Parts: sequence; C-alpha cells; structure tokens
Amino acid sequence: MIYEVEIVTQRKVATGCYRLEMYAPEVAQTAQPGQFLMLKTSITLDPLLRRPFSINTVDRDRGLVKILYRVVGRGTALLAGRKLGRRLSIFGPLGRGFTVPANGRFLVVAGGLGIAPLYFLIQRLKALGNEVVVFYGAQNRFKLLLLEELAAMRVELFTATDNGSSGHKGTVVDLLRTKGIPPADLIYAAGPPPMLKALAALLREAEMPRAEFSLEERMACGAGACRGCAVKVIAEEGPVYKRVCADGPVFLAGEVVWE
Amino acid sequence: MKPDLEVNLAGLRLKNPVLTASGTFGFGLEYARLVDLGAIGAVVLKSVTLHSRQGNPPPRVTETPAGMLNSIGLENPGAPAVVSKVVPELKRLGVKVIASVAGETVEEYGEVARRFAAAGVDAIEVNLSCPNVARGGLTFGCTRGMAAAVTAAVRQAAGDLPVFAKLGVTGGNLLEIAGAVAEAGASGFSLINTLPGLAVDLRQRRPVLGNVTGGLSGPAIKPVALWAVWQVYKAFKLPVIGMGGIMSTSDALEFFLCGATAVAVGTGNFVNPRLTTEIVAGLEKALAAEHVSDIKELIGAAHNGK
Ligand SMILES: Cc1cc2nc3c(=O)[nH]c(=O)nc-3n(C[C@H](O)[C@H](O)[C@H](O)COP(=O)(O)OP(=O)(O)OC[C@H]3O[C@@H](n4cnc5c(N)ncnc54)[C@H](O)[C@@H]3O)c2cc1C
Ligand SMILES: Cc1cc2nc3c(=O)[nH]c(=O)nc-3n(C[C@H](O)[C@H](O)[C@H](O)COP(=O)(O)O)c2cc1C
Ligand code: FES
Repeated sequence: MIYEVEIVTQRKVATGCYRLEMYAPEVAQTAQPGQFLMLKTSITLDPLLRRPFSINTVDRDRGLVKILYRVVGRGTALLAGRKLGRRLSIFGPLGRGFTVPANGRFLVVAGGLGIAPLYFLIQRLKALGNEVVVFYGAQNRFKLLLLEELAAMRVELFTATDNGSSGHKGTVVDLLRTKGIPPADLIYAAGPPPMLKALAALLREAEMPRAEFSLEERMACGAGACRGCAVKVIAEEGPVYKRVCADGPVFLAGEVVWE
Repeated sequence: MKPDLEVNLAGLRLKNPVLTASGTFGFGLEYARLVDLGAIGAVVLKSVTLHSRQGNPPPRVTETPAGMLNSIGLENPGAPAVVSKVVPELKRLGVKVIASVAGETVEEYGEVARRFAAAGVDAIEVNLSCPNVARGGLTFGCTRGMAAAVTAAVRQAAGDLPVFAKLGVTGGNLLEIAGAVAEAGASGFSLINTLPGLAVDLRQRRPVLGNVTGGLSGPAIKPVALWAVWQVYKAFKLPVIGMGGIMSTSDALEFFLCGATAVAVGTGNFVNPRLTTEIVAGLEKALAAEHVSDIKELIGAAHNGK
C-alpha cells in the first residue's frame, strides 16, 4: 500500500499538464478505474501532506502506472520538476472506483482533468467489449488531452470547448443537452464541480439517474481516518457526510447533495 | 542489548511510549491492514460524544506552511456505536486503547467516560477543547472552573482508570488550567491540542474552511508544543503525553527531553501511516546508538540545571 517507486517517464502533454509514469507493479496489478494514489510531492516538511491523483492507466505486464495532472500549486509544481529515476513515495490504490460491467453501452462525460480517471475506465470498458460513447469538454483544444489514445481505442468521441476551437462551442453539458443524451446502461462522469452539478441536474431532468460521478475534496489522510474529505449525500436516514477517500471517490449522481 | 522502552503512565503500563493522537488515526481499525496496531504503545481514539455528530461543512482541511488546518467538528458515530463495535475489536487485536471523551455539557463528558470505562478501555483522555453550549461556545478548557468540573466528572466516571486532561495553549493560562485539572483529579496531561487558525482563499475572497476557522497542527506548532510540555513538566509531578508536529524519531526525542513520558503522532500519520511503529523502531536504534539503556533516563533530561 505504501511504496517507494521509480519515476520512469514524465511528459508534458499540454501547457501546465504532465503525464508521469512510475514503476509500481503491485499497484498496476490491483488498481481499479476510479481509484487514486496519495503522492508525496516533497521530501521536506513543506509542502507537508500527500496529494491525491487518480490512476490514469496501468500496464500490468510491465508493472507501470500513470497519472495525468495539471500544475495548480506548489505540490504539483514540485512534482513536475521531479527528475526521472528519482524515488517517489506513493500510497494506494485507494478508494472505491467505478463499476465496470460487460456487454453494454456506456456514456462517459469528462470535463478537463476529469479525463484522468475516465481514461482508465474507458480502457477497461473497451477491453470487456463494451460500446463506449465519450463526451469530453475543456477550455480550448490544447487542453483536450489523450485524444490520439482515445481515437486508437475506437470510442465514439464528441468534444466541446469554451472557445469553440474544437467541437461544440460551450460546455460539455451544453453539448449533451443539444445533441441529446445517448441511450446508455450507465453514465460515468468526472470533472470540475460546476460541471458535475450541471450534469446531475440535466440527468435528473432527463430521468436518467443511473450515473457514477467521481468527486474531489481536499484530503489529509486519504485512508478514511481523519474525516477531512466530507461530501454530503442522501442516505436512508437523511443527509449525511461521507468520506470522498474511503466511501468514494465514486458516488451515485443522485445521492450527492450539490451545494 | 535492546533498550527498555516501557513506560508507566500514571499506572498505565505501555510496552513503548509512542501513541496515536486523537482524531488523526480514526478508531485504529481504518489502519489495521497497513499498520501493526499491536506494535503501537496505545491507540488514542478519535474524540467521541454521547450521540452521533455530523461535523462541520466542507472544506474541512487545508494545508498551511509546514502544517494544516482542520475543522472536522467532532464528527463521530456516538459512544454506543464505538463502545459496541470498535472497542471489542481493538481488544481482540491486543491493542491498548485510550478513549478520548468529548461533550457539550459536563454531564455528557461523564456519561461518555462511564460507558468507555465499562467497555474496558485502558485509560481515558478528556478533550477539553469542546465548546460548552451553556457558556455560548467557550471551550471547556479555557477557564479553570469549567476545566475542573469536566475533569472531576470524568474522574468520577472512570473508576480507577488513568484520566489524561488534554489541553490547548490558547484561551486560558496554561499552568493555571493545568493546576485546576490536576486538583480535580487528572492523572496526567496530553499536550497540546491544535492552535486556532484561519486560511484565506484569495481568489474567492473568503476563508478556505467551511467553518471559517480551524485548528492548526503539524511541524509548524512543534515549538509551541515543546514549550507547553516543558512548562507543565516543570510545574507538576504528573506524567505528560507530548504531541504537536512529531514527524520523526528526533522530534519524539525532543519531547522526551522536555519532559514527556510518552509521545503521540498526529498529522504525521497522514504523511506516513506507519510513522508510530517506525518511531518505536527508531527510538530503539537511537537509544542503542547512544548507549542509553532505558527511555526513562531521557524524560525531562533537558531540564538539568535549567
Ligand atoms: C480523489 C482525487 C483525485 C484527483 N485526481 C487528480 C488528477 O488525476 N489530476 C490532477 O491534476 N488533479 C487531481 N486531483 C486534484 C489534485 O489533488 C490537486 O490539484 C492537488 O492536490 C493540488 O496540489 P498543489 O500542492 O499543487 O496545490 P495547492 O497549493 O494545495 O492548492 C492549489 C489550488 O488547488 C486547489 N486544490 C488543492 N487540493 C485540491 C483537491 N484535493 N481537490 C480540488 N482542488 C484542490 C485549491 O483550491 C488551490 O486553490 C485529484 C483530487 C482528488 C481528491
Ligand atoms: C484532522 C485532525 C483531527 C483531530 N481531532 C481531534 C479530536 O477529535 N480530539 C482531540 O483531542 N484532538 C484532535 N486533534 C488534535 C490532535 O490530536 C493533536 O493534538 C494535534 O493535531 C497536534 O499534534 P500533531 O501536530 O502531531 O497533529 C485533531 C487533529 C487533526 C489534524
Ligand atoms: S482524507 Fe482523511 S478521511 Fe478522507
């Protein structure tokens, strides 16, 4: 669960966005789509806490694990500066991931870095012979990541960008509203909170409640112990706080209280 | 020869002096697959109230320079659930258990302590940093009268178990409060709880935490914690559990030298879930290297001649 791993490659995939590959055979073996790792970005006491990153893909045969991330602060900036061959402390795989059924037709809705966990999910869904439709939105066409990889997997892909530089001009939720939600056995989504909130509202209107959303919240332990990563969900007994790290990060769209 | 790490905390014999700090290790079971719980001196449980509590709105944690702020808000499933589900399981695993009790009234503290004592825990810690509803949210630990009343109620409910009063360093004079709880029957002290703090989200022009303010922990507070342990050790004869920013064996040793009989790891667990057991091993190594045969030789050793 806690490993000192070697950084094998680190590539800049867009302005401020990196894909880091590490040799972590145990994680590659057991990781499920939607699960995440807690990474130590510094070897000193500042930044102090580990940072959570979704598992972006694994190569079981070669023991490799990738994460895809955007530099937003000190921790991610330090990670981007990490040299190849250097050791990295990782804790995981953590959390409860997406359900991955077979023999179905599925819709995946990604916003921005939300593609990070969803890419792994799409791979697994395709490997099981499923039909997968992907709606993917970002600020502009340079921020649509892993497009070639997605094309190689032969998924049906629709894109949206805020400035119209690729696909639909507007958000990915606008695009879904315009095109109509394709029939799907289950819908998956990850992205910024406003997108997820808008998508949840759209799905409710469309009476398509079967959707799994991957959520983010600030974390300290990542292991379910500190209760720092609370998200409000509706349970049998009414609204309660659940832990994104241990009860999630994947929740049913219908159970989340969007505030 | 292996150095002797055994300590006696007001009658509570521990095979080693490294504990978990309340609220940073859940109820221990969260880490059972990852950490050998039996190798930790004692597991201090997250603070528990009589009834379940939902806790504060998110965000509940945020990082600060060499530290973090939290405003969990005492989220817990309530004493009956913890007593029936958690305590028996920890005992089955051979773990020494210190229950941390909390409440909104003096009576609630007493009742929670009674239930844990009946469940067979090894000691009780009194979290005095809870808001007193009857006094408009002032924490119990901030006046001598309230701190003493709570400690006395827990002392009475705890039978012959050791009772450790957990104090912060803000809100009242540390030595005065410590004196009051000692007189009210505390067997020892846990020092220190988090310091009050606030972080600002510049872009949104508002506090980061959903609860506005939070408690500061981690390496940033270590000097404050060492100061508190030093003061209280010097003024009282009672044992001290020292905590605040312990991230390594050397940090732990500093607390022993200032007068702690045991140490607790808090925020450090988040960075390294195995830090407690690694410090146990680290202490054995460090003592052997310095030819110290017994950890007790180091307790308060920095006070010599001061
Ligand atoms: C389960 C989970 C999976 C994640 N997966 C990915 C991923 O695959 N790729 C990726 O790029 N990012 C991911 N994140 C977000 C990532 O953890 C944060 O961007 C990172 O912690 C920021 O660290 P920092 O030190 O660079 O920034 P900080 O200096 O800590 O903060 C900079 C800014 O980032 C925001 N931020 C910090 N932590 C979080 C957080 N946990 N969630 C949302 N916003 C945050 C803050 O609002 C702040 O304004 C994930 C978060 C979670 C909870
Ligand atoms: C997330 C978090 C939750 C905490 N919850 C409690 C609690 O329930 N009861 C308590 O007495 N102290 C609680 N504390 C305080 C710690 O037990 C400890 O006193 C403090 O964090 C200082 O130690 P540290 O710097 O090693 O974390 C909490 C601290 C953190 C960071
Ligand atoms: S981050 Fe600690 S419980 Fe989720």
